[in-house]
Amino acid sequence: MIDIALHIAAGCIALALLLNMWRLLHGPALGDRIVALDTMVINAIALIVLIGMNDNNDTYFEAALLLAMVGFVSTIAFCKFILRGDIVE
Amino acid sequence: MSIIADITIVVLVLLGAGFALIGSWGLVRLPSTMERLHGPTKATTLGLGALLLASIIYFQARLGVWTVHELLISLFLFITAPISANMIAKVHLHRLRTGRETDGIAGPPPRPSEEGDWASFEAPRQGTPASTADN
Repeated sequence: MIDIALHIAAGCIALALLLNMWRLLHGPALGDRIVALDTMVINAIALIVLIGMNDNNDTYFEAALLLAMVGFVSTIAFCKFILRGDIVE
Repeated sequence: MSIIADITIVVLVLLGAGFALIGSWGLVRLPSTMERLHGPTKATTLGLGALLLASIIYFQARLGVWTVHELLISLFLFITAPISANMIAKVHLHRLRTGRETDGIAGPPPRPSEEGDWASFEAPRQGTPASTADN
């Protein structure tokens, strides 16, 4: 039962990633593209958690945690660069 | 594995994946950029929270260990999601003001009051700890 649920969930996340990719390519505003990238990072974390549950292996959470931190920092750096033209002033 | 844990995990996994899908669907369907911010920043974060909860219960029921990594990830995400949404909204407002961006059919968001403006447009005030107004 859990295996089927995990596969359905992986399919949902993959579809969500495709929708994000469409918004990332289509735009139109720059804010849309940043939101799409941020959401893709969160969906990638969800996919890693699902893979960890499927493989019965809890080592994947270090990867998920690192991705969460790097995704947040990169989003903030991108926004800061667009707002001020510089990241570290 | 007991049947109750089994059912709880299945419900939480499907709920989490459904919320993630709804967030991305909102990102595609909503008409303007400021509205498109809502779907991913709320629904997707909530969906990931449900998935991480399912993972905690799964490893307790399957391996008999309590893992708290997931709590760390969800805490971190729940703290950072509003901050990044705020930064993206600021970027969009600044680009609207400088005329490099036009908003969708919903138009730009209304100003806060008659003479006031969005706080992100105000000059930094003197005297606050992080103020850069003096130099």
